[in-house]
Amino acid sequence: MTEALFIGFAAMLVASSLLVILHRNPVASALFLVLAFCSLAGIYLLFHAEFIGMVQIIVYAGAIMVLFLFVIMYLNLQRDEEGGVHIALRRGLGWVAGTVVLAEGVFMLARRWAPGPLTPEVPGEAAGNTQQLGMLLFSRYLFPFEVTSLVLLVAIIGVVVIAKGRSTAGSGTRPAPGEDG
Amino acid sequence: MNVLPTPVLLAVDWWALGAVLALSAGILLLLLLEFFPAQARSNRSAIVALLTLAAAGWSVFHVRDAKREIFGGMFVHDGFTVFFTLLFCAAGALAVLLSWDYVKRTRINQAEYYALLLSATAGMIIMAASNDLITIFLGLELMSLALYVLVGFQRHHLESNEAALKYFLLGAFASGFLLYGIALLYGATGTTGLGQMAAVMIDSPMLGNPLFLLGGLLLIIGFGFKVSAVPFHMWTPDAYEGAPTSITAFMSVGAKAAGFAALLRVLMRAMGDVQADWIPILSGLAILTMTVGNITALLQNNLKRMLAYSSIAHAGYVLIAVVAGGRDGAASALFYLAIYAVMNLGAFGVLTLLGREREERVLISDLAGLGFRHPALGIALTLFMISLGGIPPTAGFMAKVYVFSAALNAGLVPLVIIGVLNSVVAIFYYLRVTVALYMEEPQGEPVYVSWATPGVIALIASVVLTLWWGIQANGLLAAAQRSVLGLL
Repeated sequence: MTEALFIGFAAMLVASSLLVILHRNPVASALFLVLAFCSLAGIYLLFHAEFIGMVQIIVYAGAIMVLFLFVIMYLNLQRDEEGGVHIALRRGLGWVAGTVVLAEGVFMLARRWAPGPLTPEVPGEAAGNTQQLGMLLFSRYLFPFEVTSLVLLVAIIGVVVIAKGRSTAGSGTRPAPGEDG
Repeated sequence: MNVLPTPVLLAVDWWALGAVLALSAGILLLLLLEFFPAQARSNRSAIVALLTLAAAGWSVFHVRDAKREIFGGMFVHDGFTVFFTLLFCAAGALAVLLSWDYVKRTRINQAEYYALLLSATAGMIIMAASNDLITIFLGLELMSLALYVLVGFQRHHLESNEAALKYFLLGAFASGFLLYGIALLYGATGTTGLGQMAAVMIDSPMLGNPLFLLGGLLLIIGFGFKVSAVPFHMWTPDAYEGAPTSITAFMSVGAKAAGFAALLRVLMRAMGDVQADWIPILSGLAILTMTVGNITALLQNNLKRMLAYSSIAHAGYVLIAVVAGGRDGAASALFYLAIYAVMNLGAFGVLTLLGREREERVLISDLAGLGFRHPALGIALTLFMISLGGIPPTAGFMAKVYVFSAALNAGLVPLVIIGVLNSVVAIFYYLRVTVALYMEEPQGEPVYVSWATPGVIALIASVVLTLWWGIQANGLLAAAQRSVLGLL
C-alpha cells in the first residue's frame, strides 16, 4: 500500500516537475509547481514527517506560490516569447546546474555518505512527529527560534520602510497616527 | 511516552545574553515610541538608539571575564564575544552620532532607521557569539536584511534603489551558498554545532573528504561575500556609493568585522584539522582581494567608491591574518578589525558632513581647497587617510605591522611581500585625497560643510583613538590576544 502510494506520488512529482519547465504558459507552469509541492508533501506524509508535509502545503504550495502567481499575472507574462542568445544562455546555465545537482545526488548515493543523520528509524513513533518538533523548537532550538522572530520583525520594518507611501517620504519623522491612512 | 527534553530556560545566564536582549528591547522601544508623534527635528530616536547601544555594551562589559555556553552551546559568551560585542556597540554608537544630523538633513525616517541599525548590530553580535552554524546563519540574515533596507533607505534616490537591489540580490545569492555549505557540512559530520563538529572530526578525519571540502568552500564563499573579498566583491562599490553615507560607514566596518568574526570562529573551532585544505584557498583569496581592491581604487574619482575598494583591500590584509592562524594570527585579525573600524568610520564620518540638505559632495575634486577653508576637517581626513595607508605614527601602521609579523612567524613570506607591495600602491590613492585637500583649486562652488556637534564628537573620538592606538597599541593588542584564547 505504502509502496504503491509512494510510486504514485513520485510519478506525479516527476511528471509535474517536467511540466513546470516544459509548459509554455507561465501561469500553467506555476500551477504545476503547486502540484509538484503537493506530491512532495504526500511523500513526506508517507515517511511520517507530518509536520513537514503540512508546512510544505501551507508555506510552499500556499503562500509562496500565490505570491509567484501574483507576480506572474502582475507582469502579464503571456507566453515565453523571448528567443535567441538570452534564452539559449539561460537554458545552458539550467542544464549545467541540473547536471551538477544530479551528479551530486548520484555520487552521494553511490558512496553512501551518511555517518550520522540519515538514520532509517521512523521519527516519532511514540509521540507525534509534530510534538517532537515542537519540543525541540522550544528547548534545544529556542535561541534560533527567537532570533528568527527578530528576523521577521526586521523584515516587517523593512517592508514598511520600502513600501510606505510617497507622501511621508519627505518628513523627518512619521506623521501623527491616522494621517496617512 | 518518551522522555521529554529538560527545559533549558532556567540554565540561561541572562547577563551573557544582555547585549542582544538590550538591543531587542531598544528596537521595540523605538517602534513603540512612534505612537507619540515627535517634531520633525526631534532627537528622540537617536538618543534612544545611543542609550540602547551603551546599555548593550555595558551589560557585556559587566560580565567580561565570565565564560558561558548557553542554549546548549549555541550562544557562547567568551572573550571573543565580548571583544566583538564591544566593537559592534562602539561602531554602532559612532554611526548613530554620525547619522544624528545626516538623517535629519537628508530627511530620512528616523525611528525605522535607528531600529534597523540596532537590528543590524544585534545580528552582528549573534554572528560573533554563535557556536552553531544555524545561529551564525540567522545572525547573518538579521544583519543583512537590516542592511539591505538601510542601503535603500533613500527611496527617492535612484542610486540608493539600485544599490539596495544589487546588494539584496547578490546577498540572497550568497546566503544560498552559505546555506548549501551548511547543509553539506551537516551531511558530512551529522551536526551543525562547531564544537560537536570538531569532536566528530577526531573520530573520523575529514581532511580531503570531498563533501566536507565542498561544504567548507561554499561557507567561505558566503562569508567572502559579506566581508567583500574578491571575487565576491561586485556589490561593494555600488552598495557603498548608493547607501546613505552614515550607513556606508557602519556597514563597511560592522558587516566586515562580523563576517570575519564568524569565519574565524568556524575555522578555528571546527576546521582546525583540515587547515591544509583551506589555507591555499584563503591565501589565494587574500592575494586577489588585496591586489584587485588596491589597483581598482586607484582609478576612482568618487570618494565613497574609492573607500569601498579600499575596504576590499583591507579585507585582504585581514585574510592574511586569518591564514596565519593560531593565537597570533587571530589576535592580529581582531586588532586590525578594531583599528580599521575606527579609522574607516572616521573617514566616512568626514564625508557625512559634506554637502547641504540632500546634496552629495563626495567626489575627490569636491575636496579641493577644503584643507585651508576648514583646517580641522582637513587635518582629520588627512590623518584617517594616512592611517588607512598604514603610515606611522598612526594606528593603521601598527595594525599592518602586527598582521605582517604574525604572517611572517607563520612562514607566509610570499603573502607578506605581496601585502607590503600592495600597501605601497595604496598610499598613492590615499595621498591623492590629501593632495586634493591642500594643493588643488576648487572648481565651481566650493563644498558646503554641515557642521553638527554629534558628528564632530564622533570624529574627535576617531581621531583620538587613531592617534592613541598608533602610539600606545599594547592595551588593545593584549585585549585581542586574551580574546582569542577561548578559540584555540
